[in-house]
Amino acid sequence: MYGWLWRHLPGPAVVRALILLVAAVAVVALLFEVVFPALAPLLPLDQNTLE
Amino acid sequence: MSRAEAPARPGHARRGGSRGLGALGVLGELLITAGVIIALFVVWQVFWTDVTGARAAGAHVQAFEETLPESPEQPGTPQSDEPPAEPVPAAGETFATMFVPRWGADWEFPIAEGVGRLDVLDAGYVGHYPETQMPGEIGNFALAGHRQSHAKPFYGVDQLEIGDTIIVQTAQAWYVYEVTRSHVVLPSQVEVLAPTPGYPTAEATERMITLTTCHPLWSTRERWVIHGVLSHWVARDEGRPAEIIAMEEG
Repeated sequence: MYGWLWRHLPGPAVVRALILLVAAVAVVALLFEVVFPALAPLLPLDQNTLE
Repeated sequence: MSRAEAPARPGHARRGGSRGLGALGVLGELLITAGVIIALFVVWQVFWTDVTGARAAGAHVQAFEETLPESPEQPGTPQSDEPPAEPVPAAGETFATMFVPRWGADWEFPIAEGVGRLDVLDAGYVGHYPETQMPGEIGNFALAGHRQSHAKPFYGVDQLEIGDTIIVQTAQAWYVYEVTRSHVVLPSQVEVLAPTPGYPTAEATERMITLTTCHPLWSTRERWVIHGVLSHWVARDEGRPAEIIAMEEG
């Protein structure tokens, strides 16, 4: 999977590594800002209200 | 695969084997990815939500205090008669901040209307149960807050002692409550939110405050509940409660 990605990215190794770094930062940002906040209320970790 | 091609395409050279091994490799990569995502979630939940939550809470407090009328830095007369009627806020609106001297002079949290996760509790606020009364009112001013993660406003709930003060400031007044009870209930025991906490059918006679948070840590099994009763209130334009001045002076 990651091997396939590496082979199909354009440019020399440095450029590929940079592209992957930017992609990784984007994925982490998406997880932290959107996915995890939406997921957290569904998990039994830190609920504090009475219902 | 030819020898000549191998150095240029190292990935192919390594894969070499059967289709089955390739699929296994992809599965392995997916599992490692899942592991990394779960680890990231733990970092987010345990560490990052406190960073962003504290930042948001500070910004909410600052923005709200800029809208407040001035309150002179002098002790105001403690009053125990009928306090001003507090207007019912819109959902998500910041309408008060609270102080708990036991939790330190730096501890101040904004209170917003509602107990939704995304808009209130996870956004750096303590939440006001909308079906409960307003500060100073006869009945129960009930609040929910995180005990861990999302800036964990009620982290120190286990240090609160009977007689400790909880101070709420609104645009009109300062309300000083005294802690009267600390207990653990099941999440279904909504009677702690009743106008007379614990007695849903009783007619309210006292001006109560209730804090709810989770218990045990990182669990949904129970809720830690603090009750308090209004000791007195101070009109904003007259000054501040002696408790606030004492806290700020350390």
